[in-house]
Amino acid sequence: MTELLILNEQHIPKLPRHAKLRYDNTRKKWIINAPERVFELDEIAGEIMQLVNGESSIALIIDELTVKFSGASREQISKDVIGMLQLLADKGFVIK
Amino acid sequence: MKQKNIEIPYAVLCELTHRCPLSCPYCSNPVELEKKSNEIDTDTWKRVLTEAVGMGILQAHFSGGEPTARKDLEELVEHACSLGIYTNLITSGVLINEQRLKNLYEAGLDHVQVSFQDTDADNANKIAGYKGHEKKITTAKLVRKIGLPLTVNAVMHRQNLHNLEDMINMATELDAERLEVAQVQYYGWALKNQTAFLPSREQLDIATKLVEEYRIKLKGILAIDYVVPDYYARRPKSCMGGWGRQFLNITPAGKVLPCHAAESLSFLSFDNVKDKSLPWIWEKSEAFNKFRGTSWMPEPCRSCDRKEIDWGGCRCQAFALTGIPEATDPTCELSPYRKVLDEPLSKIADKVPEFIYRRIE
Repeated sequence: MTELLILNEQHIPKLPRHAKLRYDNTRKKWIINAPERVFELDEIAGEIMQLVNGESSIALIIDELTVKFSGASREQISKDVIGMLQLLADKGFVIK
Repeated sequence: MKQKNIEIPYAVLCELTHRCPLSCPYCSNPVELEKKSNEIDTDTWKRVLTEAVGMGILQAHFSGGEPTARKDLEELVEHACSLGIYTNLITSGVLINEQRLKNLYEAGLDHVQVSFQDTDADNANKIAGYKGHEKKITTAKLVRKIGLPLTVNAVMHRQNLHNLEDMINMATELDAERLEVAQVQYYGWALKNQTAFLPSREQLDIATKLVEEYRIKLKGILAIDYVVPDYYARRPKSCMGGWGRQFLNITPAGKVLPCHAAESLSFLSFDNVKDKSLPWIWEKSEAFNKFRGTSWMPEPCRSCDRKEIDWGGCRCQAFALTGIPEATDPTCELSPYRKVLDEPLSKIADKVPEFIYRRIE
């Protein structure tokens, strides 16, 4: 049985098999397909999820985004990344 | 006529066949079931799936009847997956074995939904008109063993709502990701059996409270989808997310419908994928434009601030209950037809009648 996951920077997040990330050419955005639902990701969520690969830790994802978006502080990006991933984890769409 | 706003659809429900060993008296298939000889062939289904991807459709649900009754299911799943569509199998689970599930997994199948009629085997078999409950449990376990994600789909009503807690526990024990507590929708077969299924207010209140408790208890473990049946709601549900907005349904014979029950709207005719392309049907067909948007709505819908939330509720239900195509859905408390619910609701204390089972004539 799955257990409730509270994410921190050490976790290595991944999508469960029933959730699939892809770029949708028709809508021009990243989406997550899941049973009977579709999450349409905004630009930030799309950037985050592209780095969720089952190998990178959350800390590494934050580091990469901090380099990419040099205007924002690491602290702010960390808050955004963990906040967004936790929302998906609560629904079972991000696992470690 | 004003050009209607055409949205990009999200999902297609592929009803591969109406054949099914079960004969559930609330089956969502139409009362006039298609025979095997009318089913469209593998190549037509593949062409349609390819067209669907081109339209921006993201998900394909393979359903029926019992979709595993079609020998080309694996081929269709593989084709859909190769196009990047998210694939979901909606099955009774009684015709499938481990090898076939493995083949579907290899084909790329993303998700399986197994229906259960109850947790009590005798009652489940009685409702289904088929001794399949144990086999369903075996299938659900195999789904998880192979590594496929599982949704337990349970239609709950007057004769099984008392087992909702058992159903939640069963779904958790089966290691399902999701439990869909579906309500009987009263048109087609279910309308013939309405008194047998319509739950009491008290039954529902207990069920709703249970779901609320378990949603907290099982957060991140089991997602529970549950909607109060709309005979007891104050406002109608947004059926299919609005007519011709997000969803289309293809029948075994190739007819394209805005919802799986739309053939009950006897005044509409539906185009067939054998004659027309899927995008043409979505954009141009009379049936898809009939109730698309809000301009078809009568009052009080037309000036309602929820008209783009519920999109006028369920057309099949409104027509079944009133005989008027545009009637404000009687499940809305603002509907002038609200009173038509009084009669069925007055029978909920009556003796449970015998089922009229679904069957192909």
